[in-house]
Amino acid sequence: MPDFLTAYLQSNVTPGEAGSAFWALIYVLIVFAGISVAVMAMNWLERKALAHFQIRLGPMRVGPHGLLQPIADAIKLLTKEDIVPSAADKFVFWLAPLIILCASFTTYIVVPFGRAHAITDLNIGILFMLGVSSLSVLGVVMAGWASNSHYPLLGALRSSAQMVSYEIAMGLAVVSAVLMTSLNPSGTGTLSMIGIVQAQEAQQTWFVFKFFPLGFIALGVFAIAMVAETNRAPFDLPEAESELTAGFHTEYSGLRWSLFMLGEYAAMIAVSSIAVTLWLGGWLRPFPHWLAGQSWDLVFSLFPGLLFLGLAAIAFVGVGRMPKHPYFKIQTAGLAGFGAVLGLIGVVLFIPPVRDRVQDIFWFIAKVAVFMYLYIWYRATFPRYRFDQLMKVGWKVLLPVALGVLLLTAVAGILF
Amino acid sequence: MPEDATKYLSHLELGEPDQTFLDSNELIINMGPQHPATHGVLRVILKLDGEKVLGTECVIGYLHRGVEKIAEHRTYAMFNPYVDRMDYVAAVSNGLGYCEAVEKLQNIEAPPRANYVRMILTELNRVASHQLWLGTHALDIGAMTPLFYTFRDREEILKIFEKYCGARLTTHAFRIGGCLYETYEGFEQEVLKFVKFVRPKIDEYEDLLTTNRIWVERTRGVGVISTKDCIALGVTGPVLRASGVKWDLRKAQPYAAYAEMDFEVPTGQNGDTYDRYLVRLAEMRQSLRIIEQAVEKLPDGPILAKVPKVLKPPVGEIYHSIEAPKGELGYFIVSDGSTQPYRVRVRPPSFVNLQALDIMVRGQLVADVIAVIGTLDIVLGEVDR
Amino acid sequence: MQPVATTFFFYLLAGLAVLGGVLVITRRNAVHSALALILTLLSLAGLYLMLYAPFVAGVQIILYAGGIMVLFLFVIMLVSIEKSQKEEQFNKLWLVGLLAAIALGGLFIGVYVKGKALFPEAKVVLEEGNNTQGIADYLYGHYLFTFEIASLLLLVAIIGAVVMAKKRI
Repeated sequence: MPDFLTAYLQSNVTPGEAGSAFWALIYVLIVFAGISVAVMAMNWLERKALAHFQIRLGPMRVGPHGLLQPIADAIKLLTKEDIVPSAADKFVFWLAPLIILCASFTTYIVVPFGRAHAITDLNIGILFMLGVSSLSVLGVVMAGWASNSHYPLLGALRSSAQMVSYEIAMGLAVVSAVLMTSLNPSGTGTLSMIGIVQAQEAQQTWFVFKFFPLGFIALGVFAIAMVAETNRAPFDLPEAESELTAGFHTEYSGLRWSLFMLGEYAAMIAVSSIAVTLWLGGWLRPFPHWLAGQSWDLVFSLFPGLLFLGLAAIAFVGVGRMPKHPYFKIQTAGLAGFGAVLGLIGVVLFIPPVRDRVQDIFWFIAKVAVFMYLYIWYRATFPRYRFDQLMKVGWKVLLPVALGVLLLTAVAGILF
Repeated sequence: MPEDATKYLSHLELGEPDQTFLDSNELIINMGPQHPATHGVLRVILKLDGEKVLGTECVIGYLHRGVEKIAEHRTYAMFNPYVDRMDYVAAVSNGLGYCEAVEKLQNIEAPPRANYVRMILTELNRVASHQLWLGTHALDIGAMTPLFYTFRDREEILKIFEKYCGARLTTHAFRIGGCLYETYEGFEQEVLKFVKFVRPKIDEYEDLLTTNRIWVERTRGVGVISTKDCIALGVTGPVLRASGVKWDLRKAQPYAAYAEMDFEVPTGQNGDTYDRYLVRLAEMRQSLRIIEQAVEKLPDGPILAKVPKVLKPPVGEIYHSIEAPKGELGYFIVSDGSTQPYRVRVRPPSFVNLQALDIMVRGQLVADVIAVIGTLDIVLGEVDR
Repeated sequence: MQPVATTFFFYLLAGLAVLGGVLVITRRNAVHSALALILTLLSLAGLYLMLYAPFVAGVQIILYAGGIMVLFLFVIMLVSIEKSQKEEQFNKLWLVGLLAAIALGGLFIGVYVKGKALFPEAKVVLEEGNNTQGIADYLYGHYLFTFEIASLLLLVAIIGAVVMAKKRI
């Protein structure tokens, strides 16, 4: 292998810092593909988990336990007729889903999956993420307007008002976490995503536990605002099915509609990773002090491999429980193959160099997964807010709380 | 015309659009007839100022099947299955009302056992209807999960219906003069088992919603209707009771064997959506009480009275009404002495209650229209007939 | 990391900014104009990035492209398109406007040609890492008073807007 390829692998920095354009490109491809797969997995998981909340089975037909359902959905959406309303503004109608998709995918440039696993590390990382993700409002507004129809327009109006208002509470909560980064021994704060995690490492605490309960409240404010920001239940008014049929994307179908979905789920993962980076220690493993030491490090580094082996075991149990009818032969073989692939990945993850390189990715993704599960949980539990109540929550509850937390954090930072 | 009455008329005329660069703020949108939350094919034309509702106009008739006209060309017994198709969610109540009306006209008395079986089935049906209402109402407001819970429990009721008469939805359970079928073996035990099964389930619905902050905020103070307005509009059923009027036909003019039952009439005070929700939940519990008592007291004896093969009621007219799950369900039948009714007129609770929509939502937000349509518990099959 | 293809990106971004600016005034449809304005603002953000001013670039995106333009669109969307398309786009003074524009352009070229000595030839080398901290030092240290005055001014504007918009308080 040429030198410039191997040289990077041995370094422990992001490709952006290392100045390796080649590896940066590889990372971009991996992240793009990874997020797309994660969106599909999330789609399946949401349908499955939601179904089990609601005493249903969810997708069961396409593949064992509906595992291939996202693929079937994708094929269906791709082959569906692409309808553009005749009274629509064609150009803007075409542009809107692209803007949403670009905005939500661009944010991943700075998401730190590990110390060395980010495409690059920007000096203004968190600002960049908030800024670019706020651009998706434009897509929503354009989609609603270009459809030239009443329901989408109402949806777009609601959505823009909602996203603009919740951004403020969100931003204030973020600032209080950024303030905490400046309590380093070195004394300078940072906006860089990697820098924020390193500050938590240096201060030996996740920011959610810092100045308890201040960090916790800030995370709470952020966690609520991020649900509103991504238009998910219970703040899913822009696409409130029972009121506005589908909100701003009522007139969209097929591929364009699927772009909206892709963008929405990608944005969900993006904001969850902001929360994880800022408050939950990013890629750091849990209990670094309580369970410290070489042997505990080893135990924790085995987790990713064990997880995959566990999944493989579940798949094989599923193989055993498959009906023995010949009709299910292909499904059974498929599930067994899937289990084998999972097991193989699990075994590969035990190899020491691989193990050390991927374990921070694993912890990051595990923490993000918790937030993704919460999204599903909210959706199964809560009714939908009304528009005025939503605004009331945003401006009269979250904003003052976030401001108060910010001030108290500053005071605590000076005192301690 | 009383001076007050004008406020019940809808005012949808748009003003002149403002002659400015900006358009007038008023927006007219059509909600329905194909819309996920109008419970069928109701079309509501909304005049909006932003999100605020300035006025509504209901357009009905998309599901009109001419049930009343059909009656004029069927014999009394032949028309019986048709009434199930009006309020298909509470088909048993519809059948009860019709059978009792014809019995009154013909001067037949249903045997006591028939009355008790009728009561059991009707109350089961009331529970089923309220469960369906709760599920769809919660879904409209955005809570997905209660829908599936209520449907799971409603299934048990439908199973009992199926075992009793072979049909789940449009049961045609009763005949003029009693019931056609004797109860199946183990009917009483099964009903009692169901009552025992569903009591904790109702608590479960309450767990999900009653103290849920978002649910309370979405329903309290929404779609308020005063007692006076209720009476002026002829609104009946849980909507009326939630406004504080203790009016239940099962108590006020007992039919079947309700006079022998011990139960309460739950009422609310504020007449808002939250009170209607509580009243309906309380009604489900009262229904269970009635069912338990009825099963306990279920008398022996024939289940069908002696009824002539061909019914030829004497010339005359009759109005008989019962307390259906949605309100007062009345049948007005005119007989000309032949085998077919001269005229049948149904007073459907949904149709009358739907009138209240306009004054309940005026000045509120679009999202409240959905909540109010849900809380009125309309069935379009009954509104349009 | 050394920047790649700097001149190319400069001319690309500058070209997009100018294109967006032209589209803003020539489009009949107000929404299209607003979108073109967003293009201009985003290109400017890119230019700031090239000048090693990432903080300004970020603020440009958040405030202008993400915040202010959404409010612009919000208002424009409620305007009837049919009506606005019938309105005259340029008024009768276009000749005067053109002359003024030419004069201004001439002035710029003149300054650039005559006063070339005023522009430093050497490239400014800025540290990549400390841009944000530098701005913070200036805003909250050196120019604290002016900064507070500006925020007070904005507060007054907000209160004024609320007072004017609300019929009763």
